[in-house]
Amino acid sequence: MTATAAPAVLDRDGLNALVAALVAQGRTVVGPTVRDGAIVLAELSSADALPFGWGVELDAGRYRLVRREDGAAFAHSAGPQSWKNFLHPARERLWSADRTPEGDVSFTADEPETPSYAFLGVRPCDLRAIAIQDRVLAGGRYEDTGYGRRRSGAFLIAAECTEPGATCFCVSTGGGPAADPGYDLALTEMDGRFLVRVGSEEGAELLERVPHRPAGPDLEASARSAVDAARDHMGRSLPPVDLRTLMGASLDAERWDDVAARCLTCGNCTMVCPTCFCTTTEEVTDLTGDHTERWQRWDSCFDLDFSYLHGGPVRASARGRYRQWLTHKLSTWHDQFGTSGCVGCGRCVVWCPAGIDITEEVAALDAERTALGTETD
Amino acid sequence: MAPTLAVFKLASCDGCQLTLLDCEDELLALAGEVDITHFLEASSAVAPGPYDLSLVEGSVTTAEDAERIRAIRAASRHLVTIGACATAGGIQALRNFADVDEYRRVVYAHPEYVATLATSTPVSAHVDVDFELRGCPIDRRQLIEVITAFLAGRKPDVPDHSVCFECKRRGTVCVTVAHGTPCLGPVTHAGCGALCPAYHRGCFGCFGPSGSVNLPALIPLLRRDGLDEDAVERFLHTFNAAAFDKIDKE
Ligand code: SF4
Ligand code: SF4
Ligand code: SF4
Ligand code: SF4
Repeated sequence: MTATAAPAVLDRDGLNALVAALVAQGRTVVGPTVRDGAIVLAELSSADALPFGWGVELDAGRYRLVRREDGAAFAHSAGPQSWKNFLHPARERLWSADRTPEGDVSFTADEPETPSYAFLGVRPCDLRAIAIQDRVLAGGRYEDTGYGRRRSGAFLIAAECTEPGATCFCVSTGGGPAADPGYDLALTEMDGRFLVRVGSEEGAELLERVPHRPAGPDLEASARSAVDAARDHMGRSLPPVDLRTLMGASLDAERWDDVAARCLTCGNCTMVCPTCFCTTTEEVTDLTGDHTERWQRWDSCFDLDFSYLHGGPVRASARGRYRQWLTHKLSTWHDQFGTSGCVGCGRCVVWCPAGIDITEEVAALDAERTALGTETD
Repeated sequence: MAPTLAVFKLASCDGCQLTLLDCEDELLALAGEVDITHFLEASSAVAPGPYDLSLVEGSVTTAEDAERIRAIRAASRHLVTIGACATAGGIQALRNFADVDEYRRVVYAHPEYVATLATSTPVSAHVDVDFELRGCPIDRRQLIEVITAFLAGRKPDVPDHSVCFECKRRGTVCVTVAHGTPCLGPVTHAGCGALCPAYHRGCFGCFGPSGSVNLPALIPLLRRDGLDEDAVERFLHTFNAAAFDKIDKE
């Protein structure tokens, strides 16, 4: 099948043609672009809007855009948004209801026209994150139909990593800088050219429509080795222990108090996380009371209202809320969805205003456990 | 009969009640649902209470205001305070940290004409309040939401979380992380829709403390981002000075 076709190579004109072809298909092409001093994800009208010549300097709680000599388009990571901003948007109307003067009530499900998305530059960790959200939002008994609609038509163009960011740790979450299946096309940027691998029929068809050349074994081999080498250049790592056991054994750890003293409970980490999926619903009536709408919006386990039951929040303390976040990501996610909830993208590390670093917290919990003489692996 | 709505003012700048007049798209619908019987900024025709919903702007800074708010409460089925003055004492609560007599002497040619209390206090310090709507000024959409909710007999959808939630939902790049700009967003009550960060400014804290504030964690970040001790103090001592002041800093 075409999906195993030999890799091709695109130059910058080829990349332009690729985006133009997607736009011509009527797709909403979303990809990285520079705005407000960061590389954000936004609708692209052409490949020229890609962040050619921009890179990022990342640290816990710190993000800086920096110029690059080499003009690379995909030499960045851990931007302030992820694809969930498009597939699982921050706010979405689910239905509305109207009451007639006679008192009859009618309900209308909201099924807006769904954009046909093409995502350009999906990092391998983000491909895994999309697969995780697929399981959570579209894979279970209670499908989020809006997510399903947006996701099923989305065309994914991955961008593999040859230069991981200082906050990346995908390898220690079981992933890596190479794209797993699930993409339609996968790009590896090599000195201004883009090696293309095809992952689906649709990807193959699109590639046929844009000028490209066969890659040749040398380029392919050097791309593979550049991506392989990136495995050894992760900016961070999680300790090599069974994290589920560690989390389970750490419920009473002192470290939670330490991190709670630094945590602003601002919720930024959950909202930038590409796998966090929690939402709440708000009911909005209009002034007449005859029209009402139900909206779904992002929520976070750092919000006091998140665990509000009769009488007050169950997780009132910052300790309890930080522990919920970390424990859910690394441990109870397995019980619910069969995998970890962390793909090691590093966003929560970078976009935490307080610079709280998930890898550092896990290492500290592990050290505390070890000091108590309980091995976790 | 339509429920009655009243708007009252204590010590304040009028900006919050002006927000009601600023609800241009909703004003007609509102006038269709309620009978506005007391709103001096809009009309000099006033009817006596009782009022089904009273919106109160302004803080208590005089003995007369303290009396008046008790009378307003007695005449109101529901009393909602609007704005930083009414909910936290406002910018005039800076007197709470100073010698009000000295202020009076310095500012007024005839200080003896000025009768004022030593403190500026929120309405809730004097009477029971059914709901506090924050902001300096309040947000138009939130005001309509609160009025709508009271008309429908439901809880207003006015979350207690931080401005950061709104930044992230609207896709704003964090000014602290990306630019090192000091920002009060992580401790400030949401409601404005994260206005200032969207224009590359740090949050000024107009809506006062959120439901979950950790100042000892934020202050070192403000210091890291270039504010000295006095500047941090000034940053926290604006429209909601008295409310932020009540929160532990260490
Ligand atoms: S927990 Fe942090 S590193 Fe892991 S996927 Fe979420 S944002 Fe990325
Ligand atoms: S970590 Fe918190 S916000 Fe994220 S999915 Fe789990 S409970 Fe939801
Ligand atoms: S860990 Fe950081 S981003 Fe997450 S809630 Fe705490 S301070 Fe905010
Ligand atoms: S800009 Fe301010 S309010 Fe917005 S996310 Fe950053 S710290 Fe929070």
